[in-house]
Amino acid sequence: MTDTTEDTPKKKKAMSMTAEAAAADERGSQDAGFVQSKHAGHHWSGEAPMFIYAVWYLAFLYIPVMFLPLFSFNDSIYVAFPLKGFTLQWYGDMVDNPALLRALENSVKVGFGVAMASTFLGMFAAKAMTRYYMPGKGPITSFIMLPLVIPGIVLGIALLVISNTMGMSLSLWTIAAAHTLIGVPFAMLVMVSRLEGFDRNLEEASLDLGEGVVQTFLRITLPLAWPGILASVLLTFTISFDEFILAFFLAGNEVTLPIYIWSQLRFPNRLPMVLSLGACVLVFSFFIVTFSEVMRRRGVGPQGGAAI
Amino acid sequence: MTDQTQTGGAVGSYTENTSLGFRVRSVFLKHEWLRGYTLLSPTLLVMICLMCVPIFMLVAYSFWTQNYLDIDKTFTFANYEAFFQKPIYVALMMKSIRMSLFCTAVTLVLAYPMAYFIAFKVKSNKLVWLILITVPFWTSYLLRVFAWKVILGYNGVINSGLISLGLLSEPLQFLLYNPTAVVLTLAHAWAAFAILPIYVSLEKIDRSLLEAATDLGDTPTERFWRVTWPLSMPGMVAAGLLVFIPTVGDYVTPRLVGGTTGIMIGNIVQSQFGKANNWPMGAALSVISMILITILVVTFITSTTRARAKSA
Repeated sequence: MTDTTEDTPKKKKAMSMTAEAAAADERGSQDAGFVQSKHAGHHWSGEAPMFIYAVWYLAFLYIPVMFLPLFSFNDSIYVAFPLKGFTLQWYGDMVDNPALLRALENSVKVGFGVAMASTFLGMFAAKAMTRYYMPGKGPITSFIMLPLVIPGIVLGIALLVISNTMGMSLSLWTIAAAHTLIGVPFAMLVMVSRLEGFDRNLEEASLDLGEGVVQTFLRITLPLAWPGILASVLLTFTISFDEFILAFFLAGNEVTLPIYIWSQLRFPNRLPMVLSLGACVLVFSFFIVTFSEVMRRRGVGPQGGAAI
Repeated sequence: MTDQTQTGGAVGSYTENTSLGFRVRSVFLKHEWLRGYTLLSPTLLVMICLMCVPIFMLVAYSFWTQNYLDIDKTFTFANYEAFFQKPIYVALMMKSIRMSLFCTAVTLVLAYPMAYFIAFKVKSNKLVWLILITVPFWTSYLLRVFAWKVILGYNGVINSGLISLGLLSEPLQFLLYNPTAVVLTLAHAWAAFAILPIYVSLEKIDRSLLEAATDLGDTPTERFWRVTWPLSMPGMVAAGLLVFIPTVGDYVTPRLVGGTTGIMIGNIVQSQFGKANNWPMGAALSVISMILITILVVTFITSTTRARAKSA
C-alpha cells in the first residue's frame, strides 16, 4: 500500500516536468511508428513512449482523486502520511448525520427531476435536429450549446438576479432550473449521436405503413433510442448530483450534497467525514457515468458520441 | 380500431375543409421546417427563459446601484466607472485572463499527445480509452479540486509523504495557495474537455492524406507538421475555447487552492453577491468579464481562420 502511494507524487512531478519534452519527441517517434506499423506489421518500439505517456496521463487524471478514498479509511483526523490504520469510523459518522442525509435526499430529488426534464427536452430537440429540414439549424444548435461555454458563475448570478426580481425565493426548484439549463445541451448531444446512428428509413417505413406520428415514435424511435435515453438520464442526473457552482448561488435553506460538503470544509475536525462522503460520491458517480458512457457509445462508432 | 375512428374524423373534417384545425394541419404537413420548429419549441422556450432573460436582467442590474438594502433603479454607468477607477479590479481581471490563458496552454500541450495516441495508435480498444478519459470529467468538480487541496496542503499528501520518506525535513510552503496551484488544479479539472475535441479532429483526418505525404517523400516529422498539425487546428481551437472560457470565471479553485495571491475575478464577483452585498457591482463585473472574453475569443478565432486561409 505505502509503496504505491509513495511513488505517486514523484511520478506526477516527473510527468508534469517532462510532459512538454515528451510531447515533443513523441511526435517524431510516433510518426515513425505509424509508417513502420504500416510496412512491417506490428512494430511496438515506435509506439512505446506514446503508450507510456498515455498511462502517465491517466495516472494524472485518476491518482489525485484516489487520495480521497484512501484517506477515508485512515484512522486519523489528519490527511497525512504515514497511514495510521484502517477504520470505518468516518463512514459510520456519515450515516449518523441527519443534515447530510437530508442533503443527499435533496440532491437525489433535484437530480431525478433534472434528468427527466433535460432528457425530455433534449430528446425532442435532437429529434427535430436530426429528422427535419430546418433553416437555421446551425445557429440553433450553437444557441442550445451556449450554457456549456458561458462561465458557470455568470449563469448562477443571472439566475439569482432573475429569481430575486421575480420575487421567487431560492429553493430546490431554483437549483433544478439551473441544472436543467446545463443538462439540456448534454442530453441533446447524447440523443443526436444516438438518433444519427440508426436508419431513419425505419421511421419512414412505419409512417408509410400507416402508423401515426405518435405510434411511430413509441414503437420505432423509442425502442431504438432507449440506450441514448438511458445514457442521457444517467448523465444529466450525475451532472446535477455533482454540480456545485450554480447550486452555490441558487440554494435556499435546503441544500444539495455538494453545498453541504462545501459548508463542512471550514471545520478541520470534520475533514475525515468529508473524505468518506467524497469517496462515496466519487465511486457512485464513477459507476453511473461509466455505465452511461458505455450505453451511449455502444453501436454508435468511436466518432459519433465523441463530440463531448 | 383507433385507425377507423381517425379516418372517420378525417372524412368528417374533409367535408368542411375550411375549418381552422384542418388548415393548421395542412400548413404543418406542407412545411417540414414548421414541424421541426414545433418539436424544438419547448426546448428553445426553456432555454430562453432560463438563459436569455436572466442574462438580460443581469445586464440591466449592472446599470443600477446598490443603495444599502435597496436597489436604486436609475440608469447609471457608476459601476463601470468604478471598475476602471479602481486599479485592483483591472489588475485582477488581467491576472485572471493571464492565468486562464496559461492554464489553457498547459491543458492543450498535455492533451494533444493523448488525443493523438487515441486517434492514431489505439487500434482495438478506442472506446475503453475514450471512456477512461471522459469519466473523471463528470465526477464532482468540487471534490476534484478539494483533492488537490488535500494533496498540496502544508500537512498534505506530498509534504507528509516526502517527510515520512525522509526526503524532506520540513514541509514545503510553496505548494498550496498560489497561482501555480490554481493553474495545476484547473488543468487537471478540465483535461477531458480538451482531449475530446482534439481527438475528434484527429480522427476525422483522411488517412490517405498521410500516406500521400509519405509517398511524396515527407519524413514523419515533416508529415506531422505539414498535414496532421494543420488539420487538427480546429480541434485545438475548440478545445482552447472550451477550457479558457469557463476557467476565467472560476471561483471554486482559487478559493480552495489559490490563497490570497491566487484569487481571480470570479472570487470578487462572488463576494459582491455574498459578503460585500453589492449585486449591481457584481453584475457589472461579470458583464465586463463576458465582454472581454467575447472580444478575446472573436479575435482569436478570426486570426486563426485568417492564418489557416493564408497557409491554404
